[in-house]
Amino acid sequence: MSAAAADPKTPKSLLLSLKDITVSFDGFRALNALNLTIEVGELRCIIGPNGAGKTTMMDVITGKTRPDRGAARFGQSIDLLRLTEAEIAQAGIGRKFQKPTVFENQSVEANLELAMAGAKTVWKWLHVHSTSEQLQRIDEILGKIGLRELKGAPAATLSHGQKQWLEIGMLLMQDPQLLLIDEPVAGMTPQEIERTAELLVSLAGKHTLMVVEHDMEFVRSIAGHVTVLHEGAVLAEGDMNAIQADSQVKQVYLGE
Amino acid sequence: MPVGEGAVTDIAPVRVADRGGRRLLLVLAVVAVLVPVLNVLPAEGSFLHVSSYSMTLIAKYMSYGMLALAVDLIWGYCGILSLGHGAFFALGGYAMGMYLMRQIGARGVYGNPLLPDFMVFLNWKELPWFWHGFESFPYTLAMVILVPAMLALVFGFLAFRSRVSGVYLSIITQALTYALMLAFFRNDMGFGGNNGFTDFKDILGFNLQATGTRVALFVCTTLALGSSYRLCRYVITSRAGRVIVAIRDAESRARFLGYQVEYYKLWVFVLSAIIAGIAGALYVPQIGIINPSEFSPVNSIEIVIWVAIGGRGTLYGAVVGAFLVNLAKTYLTGAFPSFWLYGLGGLFIVVTLFLPYGVVGVIGQWRRARLEGSTL
Repeated sequence: MSAAAADPKTPKSLLLSLKDITVSFDGFRALNALNLTIEVGELRCIIGPNGAGKTTMMDVITGKTRPDRGAARFGQSIDLLRLTEAEIAQAGIGRKFQKPTVFENQSVEANLELAMAGAKTVWKWLHVHSTSEQLQRIDEILGKIGLRELKGAPAATLSHGQKQWLEIGMLLMQDPQLLLIDEPVAGMTPQEIERTAELLVSLAGKHTLMVVEHDMEFVRSIAGHVTVLHEGAVLAEGDMNAIQADSQVKQVYLGE
Repeated sequence: MPVGEGAVTDIAPVRVADRGGRRLLLVLAVVAVLVPVLNVLPAEGSFLHVSSYSMTLIAKYMSYGMLALAVDLIWGYCGILSLGHGAFFALGGYAMGMYLMRQIGARGVYGNPLLPDFMVFLNWKELPWFWHGFESFPYTLAMVILVPAMLALVFGFLAFRSRVSGVYLSIITQALTYALMLAFFRNDMGFGGNNGFTDFKDILGFNLQATGTRVALFVCTTLALGSSYRLCRYVITSRAGRVIVAIRDAESRARFLGYQVEYYKLWVFVLSAIIAGIAGALYVPQIGIINPSEFSPVNSIEIVIWVAIGGRGTLYGAVVGAFLVNLAKTYLTGAFPSFWLYGLGGLFIVVTLFLPYGVVGVIGQWRRARLEGSTL
């Protein structure tokens, strides 16, 4: 960390750093000595062709997959490779799945309440009810994701796009430092995509976001900084214009 | 499926209003008073008279109702299909049986003041260590709770920590109850081998055949069923209960929200085992026998059928299912003894295919349809 502190060009602190991460499944290298860092408050988009290792990388960060080699650090001191999924979530990393995953049989409001940050033991939750402060927080998030009118509806009755927003809202309830968002706009209508872009941009700064997305228009509309993955490693990094001008990227990804 | 139904998975949503449950408690309260009164007051032969046989039968159904509640809690709300819950019921029953055996004292066939008959018969000279303490009723009650709870704790800890779930978990719960059945069949286990325990005389010094004792046990069973219902209902409507349903519907989402899914599952599993054990302890003194066939895997599968037929994930539906199926069983095994298993199997298939919410679900749908019809 002393090198980073001495470097005047990096005033912001690192939130996530992956070093030399390698994951193989039956001989196939899903991640190949991947190095990636993310700074506090960033909105980073990750793009790459199918099989580039995007989802595997999220699995490593959230503790679902253990790498064969490498180091993953969160903040200054947390070694992600030593923690379980639940501990990583408690440490402040929230994850949105590719397929919207909400609790279908419960109301929108109950979904958000379930996601609330705090101790989550059985004994406490048998008798505890939400405080007015917490209810206010739920209301605030309901407003942010635009579902205030639907707060009493079962989550199963929401449209695809609304479920995606609800899931993002659930991540926000956890008050995470880092949000991992996997393909947020897949299957959305153009209006829904636009609203999602606004939502994510409004979250950056206060939260740090890592968004994996295929939709290049969408990526252009939200991201300052883009990382291209290819065959389990970083192929290029930079702003969208630089990425699109990169000849290697054109070759493997944009197919030009 | 219409969107307004709110049911995308195969389970009815947690309902906030509890009309079915309130009716169940009301019926139980009436039964607790009316059945003993009609057993004691009208003369035998009067059409108002409820025979002691019928009263015991209802008590049996109620202890099965508790067992069904226990299975619905774990299967209907947490999605864990246990096919071994009969084991917890039997363990609670055996614990109570040991107390009742010790109560017999010197009145057994062999007249041994300390050793139950089967031990004298096996030529044992002294009481095995695990039989000590069962002369005390409070100790027995503690064991009725602790033995099923400890088994569930150890078994659940190993299974859930290794993330065994779905059909694999169901299979090992079957293996668990089968293994216990084989063990309890052995004479040298010290639980009476294939005969189990029977010929009970007293409980707390009161004659088990006396009307007063029977009425008291009947009322206790009603209270236990009602309290178990209230307890399960409290659990599933609490915030912890919502987490339990969340685990059922999207386990990995709950995990990534920071819930220790294993501990929630373990907690519900242990609670469910305790309720099953208490049901077994109430069953034994009234039915008058406990033997290893209670551990039979088929018994545990039957419990699941009760719940499915009554209505999974509704709690009161499980009790209704236990009553209906056992009422049918009592009748059919008398009228057409060879037909019963086909009838049960057929019923299960019909319910699975056509009544995903069970009997109480059908009644609810029918009522809703009628309400909608009347507003048009």
